Amino acid sequence: MPPIKRTKFKLSPEQLLEMYYWLKHIRAFDERLSALVKQGRVRSGVYTGIGQEAIIVGTCYGLRREDYICPLHRDLGAFLMKGVSSRTMMAQMLAKSAGLSKGRDSALHSGVPELGIFGNTSMLGANLPVAVGLALSYKIEKVDHVVVAYFGEGASNVGDFHEALNMAGVMKLPVLFICENNQYAYSVPLEKSMAIDDVADRARGYGFDGVAINGNDVLAVYQSTQGALARARAGDGPTLIECKTYRWHGHSEHDKAFYRTQEEVAMWRSRDPITTFTTYLTGMNVLTDEHIQEVDARITADIDDAIAFAMDAPDPDPADAVTDLLAT
Amino acid sequence: MAKELTYLEAIREAMVEEMRRDPKVFVLGEDVGPYGGAFGVTAGMAEEFGEARVIDTPISESAIVGTAIGASLRGYRPIAEMQFADFISCGFDQIVNQAATMRYRHGGRVSVPIVVRAPSGGNVGGGLYHSQNPEAWFIHRPGLKVVAPSTAWDAKGLLKAAIRDDDPVIYFEHKYLYRRAKGPVPDGDEIVEIGKAATRREGTDATVLTYGAMVLPALDAAERLSAEGVEVEVIDLRTLMPYDKAAIFASIEKTSRCLIVHEDVKTLGLGAELSAVIVEERFEHLDAPIRRVTYPDTHCPFSHVLEAANLPNADRITEALRQLAAY
Ligand SMILES: Cc1ncc(C[n+]2csc(CCOP(=O)(O)OP(=O)(O)O)c2C)c(N)n1
Repeated sequence: MPPIKRTKFKLSPEQLLEMYYWLKHIRAFDERLSALVKQGRVRSGVYTGIGQEAIIVGTCYGLRREDYICPLHRDLGAFLMKGVSSRTMMAQMLAKSAGLSKGRDSALHSGVPELGIFGNTSMLGANLPVAVGLALSYKIEKVDHVVVAYFGEGASNVGDFHEALNMAGVMKLPVLFICENNQYAYSVPLEKSMAIDDVADRARGYGFDGVAINGNDVLAVYQSTQGALARARAGDGPTLIECKTYRWHGHSEHDKAFYRTQEEVAMWRSRDPITTFTTYLTGMNVLTDEHIQEVDARITADIDDAIAFAMDAPDPDPADAVTDLLAT
Repeated sequence: MAKELTYLEAIREAMVEEMRRDPKVFVLGEDVGPYGGAFGVTAGMAEEFGEARVIDTPISESAIVGTAIGASLRGYRPIAEMQFADFISCGFDQIVNQAATMRYRHGGRVSVPIVVRAPSGGNVGGGLYHSQNPEAWFIHRPGLKVVAPSTAWDAKGLLKAAIRDDDPVIYFEHKYLYRRAKGPVPDGDEIVEIGKAATRREGTDATVLTYGAMVLPALDAAERLSAEGVEVEVIDLRTLMPYDKAAIFASIEKTSRCLIVHEDVKTLGLGAELSAVIVEERFEHLDAPIRRVTYPDTHCPFSHVLEAANLPNADRITEALRQLAAY
């Protein structure tokens, strides 16, 4: 693991601690969700992003409210960072009426337009053409907001991906395509589904830059994102940032992931983005043991509260199974 | 000699036997290789046949179907697996415009002998994109065959028939039945002919036309009605296109009352077509309006409370049958 270097975009100690907080919060939220699955409290597919948190924190940190994000099935943390409460997210995952979709769907299939969050379907890659449309609206309005759209390396094999990137390149739109390359699409390793090593190379074919970076280094992700955001805001078009990472858990909480070796998993766990960042921050005397304890306590309290809230929240009204199909 | 298998095992057995019999048969789809598929349907097949015949593909439904079509033009009989029927929309164009029209636009000279396997249906907590029943889209499109087995026996026999069929067959396998439906399966080479319904229960007072996961609650309801002195005939369509008109008409002529049950939504579901055809061609045999018990015209929600509100069940079918019998 290369050592973390701070470069162009300077961050204050307070900002670094804020990033640290989000890394921990997102990890804790996913871990608690995973435990709820084991207790049978969540009925179906939970896809954690454990091990991939640096990508969400590094890309979402410092985004404007008006910057739109188009997250993936593993990106619950992006909702939290964009301002959705833990309570609402937990209610969403438990299919309660207090969730974003009022119990209609779980996972991240619901958005919050006023916070700049697009809710995708399950269809991989289907968020990307929509990201292009959101970016087009910013271009039409001549505002310098940006769209940040996420996809897995597996999803980069779907036709929608290629149509979206081509259109964004042709129209020179303010959109960042963030690849969360965790090396596996469900059971299928990258080398079985792509004849190239780096998803980043695909950007060139659509007329803009792609870079491959260490997705477990939150500051590297942040630096690359800030550079790409600055270009997009200046009207210089899209960028693809491929963040190399690894998912620690199975594809969903029900997947034992026997297709990976223990050694491989252990190797990637030793590159834990949170441990790395913690070591860096403590080495710089930005983070103290007391602060760590304080953050952990704050996060535990927040998530305890969210779980209690969601457990107690009412189920949806059965009559709502057939409402909200059309406005009129 | 018949043995007991689950519906899921029966699907696998059909593929395995056909692949042993015919080197032109192969499987392709996401995670179907060493992993054995999202539901384990292809478990063990990559070991037996090698990864050249049990092919893990990229996430590319359009290319999965298109590749199957291309290989079929050279005499192969590919089985394309969609990880969920919900994602068949991503391969839609290749199915409805490429495969479905091939024979027609080649003046009958060219066949597309592919099978698209699509795990469909709700009652598994899957939510909006892991519960859908999109069979009507394909029934509506000329040039395709559509099947939907309800038993392990038919799961095997219909899949074998589909693989051997010279036309594109969309094979809907219901996820709820995968491990719940268990029953006898023929050894060896018995097939279930495409286009033939099965009478699951004989009766003289009313007919239920249904398929897939709705067959069991329909039979349940028929038993309840029997206790009330009403004998219901339950027809399992098995093939949705071309559906078995002869079997449907014979039953209507006998009972004069018809209830159609499906898990797909009501509007323009298969029930709408069956109802229209019965009224067009057997109107004089009907003693009551045809009724339908279906999913309401809405999406498949995740919350079990909402899903339960939508799914047809034995109670709803029983109630509809009572009203029908009393008409
Ligand atoms: C169009 C489509 N096909 C198949 C699936 C089923 N599926 C869900 S996630 C997944 C693997 C996704 O891999 P990747 O895009 O790399 O993201 P990751 O899950 O690794 O984060 C598959 C095949 C789907 N959701 N959408």
